Amino acid sequence: MTTTTHYGLDHLRALEAESIHIIREVAAEFERPVLLFSGGKDSVVMLHLAQKAFWPCRLPFPVMHVDTGHNFDEVIEFRDRVVERSSLRLVVGSVQDDIDAGRVVENTGPRASRNQLQTTTLLRMIEEERFDAVFGGARRDEEKARAKERVFSFRDEFGQWDPKGQRPELWNLYNGRYRPGEHIRVFPISNWTELDIWSYIEREGIELPSIYFAHEREVFERDGMLLSTGPHARLMDGEVPERRVVRYRTVGDASCTGAVESPAATVAEVLAEVAATRITERGATRADDRASEAAMEDRKRQGYF
Amino acid sequence: MSGEISTHYGEGNEMLRLATAGSVDDGKSTLIGRLLYDSKSIFEDQLEAVERTSEQMGVEHTNLALLTDGLRAEREQGITIDVAYRYFATPKRKFIIADTPGHIQYTRNMVTGASTADLAIVLIDARKGVLEQSRRHAFLASLLRIPHLVLAVNKMDLVDYDEKVFEEIKAEFRDFARKLDIADLTFIPVSALHGDNIVERSRNMDWYQGSPVLHHLEEVHIASDRNLVDARFPVQYVLRPHGDEFHDYRGYAGRIAGGVFKPGDEVMVLPSGFTSRIASIDTADGPVDEAFAPMSVTLRLTDEIDISRGDMICRPNNQPTVTQDLDAMVCWMTEQGSLRPGMKLALKHSTRWARALVKDLQYRLDVNTLHRDDSVSELALNEIGRVRLRTTLPMFVDEYRRNRETGSLILVDEGTNNTVGAGMLLS
Repeated sequence: MTTTTHYGLDHLRALEAESIHIIREVAAEFERPVLLFSGGKDSVVMLHLAQKAFWPCRLPFPVMHVDTGHNFDEVIEFRDRVVERSSLRLVVGSVQDDIDAGRVVENTGPRASRNQLQTTTLLRMIEEERFDAVFGGARRDEEKARAKERVFSFRDEFGQWDPKGQRPELWNLYNGRYRPGEHIRVFPISNWTELDIWSYIEREGIELPSIYFAHEREVFERDGMLLSTGPHARLMDGEVPERRVVRYRTVGDASCTGAVESPAATVAEVLAEVAATRITERGATRADDRASEAAMEDRKRQGYF
Repeated sequence: MSGEISTHYGEGNEMLRLATAGSVDDGKSTLIGRLLYDSKSIFEDQLEAVERTSEQMGVEHTNLALLTDGLRAEREQGITIDVAYRYFATPKRKFIIADTPGHIQYTRNMVTGASTADLAIVLIDARKGVLEQSRRHAFLASLLRIPHLVLAVNKMDLVDYDEKVFEEIKAEFRDFARKLDIADLTFIPVSALHGDNIVERSRNMDWYQGSPVLHHLEEVHIASDRNLVDARFPVQYVLRPHGDEFHDYRGYAGRIAGGVFKPGDEVMVLPSGFTSRIASIDTADGPVDEAFAPMSVTLRLTDEIDISRGDMICRPNNQPTVTQDLDAMVCWMTEQGSLRPGMKLALKHSTRWARALVKDLQYRLDVNTLHRDDSVSELALNEIGRVRLRTTLPMFVDEYRRNRETGSLILVDEGTNNTVGAGMLLS
């Protein structure tokens, strides 16, 4: 009798195996890695993968939050709870510190956002803490400049990304070599889509901040987006706050991240919604990407993640 | 009598990585755009952005190439410069497309995109037939050992959906493909513009009995493409928790590069040559009974032996070659200097870095004609040649044709740290 055995992994297992491989490569080859953790779903999944990569050991590197000061309370509360529960070392880079020290000048007016200012804080923290590898939860399906990004993405001593001068990246052989002052951004979930992320959250039972699910909130409409009222929002003429049932598809700076109207209150309901949606998550909810066709490329060149 | 056992982890769909090569003129972007659009993977806001930009550029039709050509320079010049990754899924599979430029000056980008692909689609313009470019793409796909090659004969609408044209191209290509090592070759007549044989079977080509492109992508058998025979486990990271609960825990984390591992298996560790048995195969979700490529797992052994990153765990009766002399087909990837005998480079293979000396350049291969030129003394950007290397450390290698994971290496410039070469090992 001959027996043939078929060996296979489904796509989430295959993606997980790839991400874990990437995260372990970094821990093995770098001196001072750090994982960017905002409490947003992509960084939550990335952290989950990192914890799986080193089980039963603790995470061999700290996590970092670049704090714009414009936060959703639910997200900060969630961040602190995760840090506490998993005994993580949290490093916070505060945009407010850079504003107070005069390193950056805050835009004024009701449309002002601190999104751009994050870059300065991120680069300062990398320099101060001498981080040589920075994990980011960016995905290639999010945005067309990110579609060209490497898994190991080289940054020069100014933190710049040079899209035309990227290192070729072949097989699973990552080149993490750098000279002093330079660093590598690492994107372990490059090949995941929004739908993969939600499917994985469901399968693994991963906890998320509550604002990802339907809740009633006071919002106002601007440029076709629903922005939250609160200390970081300044209403313009004609903008009327009203209570609606919304959820967030992405979590960024509270002043430029929009909510979507949705009754989806559970992961399964969100998953069904994501599978049927016809608008990208950044297109629906991020004012920062709307500046121009190349807004993301321009920000990335300056050192944004 | 025969039986079938299935070890499949996860209830979701399989993933297929495909690479496409070609220029805008071949209709490559139209083909990708159609696959994405028809599988509802293009979103309304993306399409609107592309429509807006097409209008600004004064293009009459919505240019779907703008979906993938994401960089400012690419949109300004109307060309694809770099590999772009696109994602789509059907109820049967998840797909990752590495969309690579077709021009010879971007050979390195195609090699990059092809390195991890399960399948390549090479486009041919039905009016033009098999061009130098099509041969080059097919050659690179075979050099990179992409297991499945699809030759999409596009623009069939412009040759009146003529079966004879298709058959002629097929015959001509087959003739050329005999010189290559292609395991699975499929020809599909299509019109990407009109959607013939992309998602739906074409009514204009009743004479074609095969699958449309998407159906082929969903059904092509890829589970056995990986090497499940030669057990290879490059040690990536050693896990030692030191906590109370896991006081004596010592696990070797890594990604299986070949074969199947089971608890109880006798294993050998290179370079030490010590043997032991697998005590357990751990994951964060608990131990597993079997592990195979490309799973990321942690092995524990029954004996305490000194093992560190860069070591290779294999079977005593099936070991990779341990050598400091490597023969490889190398694609040179930088414009800053050529590969020359005598130069020294950093080399990464599996989880092991070493330094390498270029001992000899045996010949350069013309990627268009496959002609071997042994009079050359250097390899310039995008050139491919057979090179002999000597490494500072012994490497644990297999032939690339036998295992893409343990048969591949990258070369890195020690001054700039740029990746300057990609190597595929020969016996």
